[in-house]
Amino acid sequence: MVDKIIVENLSLQYSDGTESLRDVSLRVPEKAVTVLFGPAGGGKSTLLRCLNRLNDLTEVKASSGRILIDGQNVLDPDVDVIALRRKVGMVFARPVVLPMSIRENITYALELAGEKRRSKLDEAVERSLKLAAIWDEVKDRLEDPAIALSGGQQQRVCLARSLALQPDIILLDEPTSGLDPISTGKVEAALVELKKEFTIILVPHSVQQAARTADYAAFFLQGELVEYSEGKTLFTAPKEKRTEDYITGRFG
Amino acid sequence: MKRSLSLNRHLVQRLGFTAITLMAVATVIPIVATVIYIFVQGLPAISLEFLTGFPHDGMRAGGILPAIIGTLYLTIGTALFSVPLGIAAAIYLSEYAADSPLTRTIRIAIINLAGIPSVVYGLFGLGLFVLFLNFGTSILAASLTLSIMTLPVIISTAEESLRAVPQAFRTVSISLGATRWQTIRRIVLKEALPGILTGVILGLERAAGETAPILFTGAAFFLPQLPGSPFDATMALPYHLFVISTQVPEMPIQIQYGTALVLLVFVLTMNLIATVIRSRARAKRQW
Repeated sequence: MVDKIIVENLSLQYSDGTESLRDVSLRVPEKAVTVLFGPAGGGKSTLLRCLNRLNDLTEVKASSGRILIDGQNVLDPDVDVIALRRKVGMVFARPVVLPMSIRENITYALELAGEKRRSKLDEAVERSLKLAAIWDEVKDRLEDPAIALSGGQQQRVCLARSLALQPDIILLDEPTSGLDPISTGKVEAALVELKKEFTIILVPHSVQQAARTADYAAFFLQGELVEYSEGKTLFTAPKEKRTEDYITGRFG
Repeated sequence: MKRSLSLNRHLVQRLGFTAITLMAVATVIPIVATVIYIFVQGLPAISLEFLTGFPHDGMRAGGILPAIIGTLYLTIGTALFSVPLGIAAAIYLSEYAADSPLTRTIRIAIINLAGIPSVVYGLFGLGLFVLFLNFGTSILAASLTLSIMTLPVIISTAEESLRAVPQAFRTVSISLGATRWQTIRRIVLKEALPGILTGVILGLERAAGETAPILFTGAAFFLPQLPGSPFDATMALPYHLFVISTQVPEMPIQIQYGTALVLLVFVLTMNLIATVIRSRARAKRQW
């Protein structure tokens, strides 16, 4: 198994003193679902936002360590963050469709990247929407405003939007937290297909979802990576007492 | 005993709501009364000649075309300076500047600028544009003076509209590999545009109706021809109204009300456009 992402001794503190990370090291294998789970405030979202440098928008007090993606340290100030974000797609907790049509939501990032050919854009729209398992539901209404879709459909459009750039890595930050069980099932089913092509890092909204989806699982508690192993091992025979207490529902 | 108390309370509440409603209605009365009064008094003066002719017989007869055109020029001139500058300042404050002593100073300055009496702007314009920069009493100097007066309105409404655009749109756009400027241009500005336009129109509308700032900087008592360049002085509706109401003896009252009516319609039309833009955008808004 090739390691797509290598996190080395990553520490970070926000200026407002909220979430932080303490000396986290982790290897994320390619073409698999790696789950980051644990109670709120554990540093899962912070780690995601380091991977695509979205933390640049937040006030960070101090950070140290390295994150290597394909061998390149993406925390290096000289890194081309635009190129990085095109390679590392992200889906947020609340479905945020941009205020435009379904089609434009998908083509937005491609057009910014300089793609003008209608045929290429059409192709990307169909391919991404199919990958996100939403094509059949929207193919006849691509010009409608994306906001008119249901929450579950919107979230899959958001997934398709991040896939349009053909990234290597997809980050999902509690993507199903606001969705009904049927929509959640559709998103999870899409992930099973997607991991054949993409490296996926998922912050699940429940321990159950973590157990269902994880090829690899990392348990975070208050900024610390407590335990990291294959999903099967971690959820059936955790080594750490704290992990066991959390997945059996003793706290959290 | 208990029953009568609750009945009593109910009655007090009813009375209270009635009083509040009456007060709300009372605020509308002066506005409606003014508009009706000006319309009734001014309408007989309106004719094609009044709108398209020059004043004659010491302005006691004829039309007010130069004043209409002049106000149009001044409004356009004001827009040319204040709109780009105001929107740029609002984008800076809302999208780029972090909260710092500098931006706090800028905001306080803008709030205070809005409170300065308009005649003070007039004197400032006289000193800076007419005399120091040697633009003379001209459309240019008057437009610049009106621009400074209009800027606070445009900046604060534009900044408010920009801030109303959900932060999540910016985060999503950045996460898709957009630069900050691409995000602003393609999403934030597009969504804030109706609000910005409303502020622009309300600001310009105020500029169009002002007398004091143009008094020393560009307004002419009477001109036999239309201004030919930005360096010419011009007649303008509010100043013309002031002149014919106070400076011309034996002025027919009809012409005064006719002029007031034209100015009122000009301003109300701008107001109406702003309202239409706002309500249309609200219906179309996707968030």
